[in-house]
Amino acid sequence: MNFKHKFAFLFPGLFVLIGILIFPIGFMIRLSLSSWDTFYPGLDFIGIENYVRLFTDDSRFWESFFRLSFLSVTTVSLQYIIGFSLALMVWRDIIFKRFFRVLFLIPMMTTPVIMTVIWRTFFHESLGPVNDILSIFGIAPPWLTNEHLAKVTIIIVEVWQWTPFMFLLLLAGLLSLPKEPFLAASVDGAGPIRKFIYVTFPLMAPISIGAIIIRLIEASKIMDTVYVLTSGGPGTSTETSSYYIFVKGLREFQFGYSAALSFTYLIIMIISLTIISKLLVKLLIKK
Amino acid sequence: MTLKSYTGGLLVAMLIFAQGAYADKWSDQFPHIKNTGDIPGACSYEATSKKDYSGKTLTISTHAVPVMGEPTALHAEQFSKLTGATVDVVHSPAGDLYSKAMVPFQAGQAPYDIVFGFSNFIRDWMQYLAPVPDKYVNMPQMQDVTKAHQGVASWDGQMYQFPVDGDRHYLKYRKDVIDNPEYQKKYKADTGRTLKVPTTWKEYGEIAAYFNGWDWDNDGELEYGSAEVMKKDDLMYAAFFSRSASYSKNPRTPGGFYFDLETMEPLINNPGFVEALGDWVEATKYVPPGGINFGLGDEINSFGGGQTLFSFSWDDAFVAAMEDGSPIKNKVGAAPLPGAERVWNREDGSWDIGHNQAPYIVWGWAVGVAGKSTNQDMAFDYLCFFANGANHRADIAIGRFGVNPFKKSDFDPQIYIDHQGWDPLIAKSYAATIVGMEEFNTNRVFPLRVPGVFQFTSAVAVGTSKALAGQLSPQEALDEVAAEWNKILDRVGKDVVREAYAVGVKLEDNIN
Repeated sequence: MNFKHKFAFLFPGLFVLIGILIFPIGFMIRLSLSSWDTFYPGLDFIGIENYVRLFTDDSRFWESFFRLSFLSVTTVSLQYIIGFSLALMVWRDIIFKRFFRVLFLIPMMTTPVIMTVIWRTFFHESLGPVNDILSIFGIAPPWLTNEHLAKVTIIIVEVWQWTPFMFLLLLAGLLSLPKEPFLAASVDGAGPIRKFIYVTFPLMAPISIGAIIIRLIEASKIMDTVYVLTSGGPGTSTETSSYYIFVKGLREFQFGYSAALSFTYLIIMIISLTIISKLLVKLLIKK
Repeated sequence: MTLKSYTGGLLVAMLIFAQGAYADKWSDQFPHIKNTGDIPGACSYEATSKKDYSGKTLTISTHAVPVMGEPTALHAEQFSKLTGATVDVVHSPAGDLYSKAMVPFQAGQAPYDIVFGFSNFIRDWMQYLAPVPDKYVNMPQMQDVTKAHQGVASWDGQMYQFPVDGDRHYLKYRKDVIDNPEYQKKYKADTGRTLKVPTTWKEYGEIAAYFNGWDWDNDGELEYGSAEVMKKDDLMYAAFFSRSASYSKNPRTPGGFYFDLETMEPLINNPGFVEALGDWVEATKYVPPGGINFGLGDEINSFGGGQTLFSFSWDDAFVAAMEDGSPIKNKVGAAPLPGAERVWNREDGSWDIGHNQAPYIVWGWAVGVAGKSTNQDMAFDYLCFFANGANHRADIAIGRFGVNPFKKSDFDPQIYIDHQGWDPLIAKSYAATIVGMEEFNTNRVFPLRVPGVFQFTSAVAVGTSKALAGQLSPQEALDEVAAEWNKILDRVGKDVVREAYAVGVKLEDNIN
């Protein structure tokens, strides 16, 4: 067989890879080296000017990045804890098990933007039902207008929306676990807590790491929730990186600069998620 | 009964009927214009029905329903029935209208024949738009448009946007409270001041604070002082400019409100703007709970629903409050934006003492025809039909449409009394308020219309929202905005911005 023919079979996949991955990233890098904006449309070449501006004169991007890190880590941690608890609950033989399994998945099936609009209505401080109910107890928290509580509100909405995803992955993991280790633990007289600590949790570690990383990647793109709930406010207290890049790119039409922000953000995310996954492996999977 | 008296009676009855119902063959087919029937003109129903665009397709990018999106779709359907054209209407959120048009513009494409946006996009869009042809500019329908709004739709004398809407910010207040003798007595007794329509922002704040957090209309619910657009990136910068105009637009110092035209130094952090932002920070104490997250829709619902005493922004909240079915119909009043007891003089570097008032002819809905459109005739005919006498008269009566007065004939209070059932006193004060801003006041502020306008307004939104949230003091916040404006000037080019800004300054300084 002609050696070169073998490579011909790679071309379809290669073309797809170039079309959907290499070209967009390449174009983004090229765009980031231009000053394309409203007034000067076009791929001129300004070198690393956009990157210099980003690293020396844009504290707002870095603030939004650290805020995003806080929101991502907090939401994913809560999703993991709640999702794991719910999965453990319906893993056992409980009444209406199937009903609960479907029920817990419903938030994930809804459209995020629509649900965020509904949540915004719930949390509306003068017209929403949440404060209406809380006012019975004499409290009316400023859900969206206090810089700390606004973050909490975003966390609540994100956790509600995406815990089912974590639940789904972890339940699938639990259902695939071998029965023998649990039988052995029972023979040894281990109670439910010991079984969880010494059997369930270690066996679930690889799946947990996968689920956490997948959710961290998704959570690092928090945008629609922020856009609908607070527009990054009050002030800049809930602005995240993706929202900031959206503002610079599609609101202010600074395409060149927003491409530089996007590429930098991509690099940071690749590095930090690689480190996080290595740390999680080290922490959770003992040799 | 004699034949003479019978005939006379019949004639009187016919006249009364004709006056009251205005029915004609067009209003039978198109109930939207039932109050007026067709109004003769170059783009009336009668005239438009004579055009034949069968087999042609018009594509329109417009705002989401209802504001501007609903009338666009409604008039598209009517236009289609009259001319045989196919009209595709694409709706987008307000924040996407700019990029929806700009991306294909920059790529040299014309997926939309007509693009709706805001009038302050004009500098960025004009190079991609077809100028409005002379036959439309010179027709009587256009001559009825106020000079201010012809200016808003034009760039240096050339009209690029077809006027379909007129916008300005003015004060809306609860007339049943401010004119209530009992409350006037109570307010006097409690504060020593007179309860009246506020003529300064300080008075506005005092009265709003007094009427904040108690049930002053006895409906069992708490009411509040003021509803304002304070949500970041949701038109809040326009609200800030409204509050700033009287403190910073000094008729004795022409040559720029946003920048010093000569030096292009940003004026946004001068003491006038800082004073206005200080007032606005105070306002967070008399808005409804959650008020600093209110967008325009919240403001309209809040004031229109009777939740607040005051409001200021576009006409929509007022028109919504005066619509049939509103709980506060005929209980609201309109007045010019409050003024200030002093105005900053940037030449002397000191305050000029004395009352100053400056209307803000804020940007509003605007619409243009793509220069690369192959259906320009049909597109301009559609726009002309959109804004014809009958459609316009019907549109301005519907608050959610977002179509507001911009024609001289709109300033006749009788049309609001006859067709919309407004109280005559309210109709007169409304008409007097807008005509005063449009035609008589010479200390007006116009929207910033320079290249990259969104970068400038976005910086204002970020800075002022930090002050409202308590993250920065008003001076710190506006210093930050000024620094950002300087960076934008460096990037875009001072001379480029100056050249564009000079066109707006000419309008503000009343230079023909």
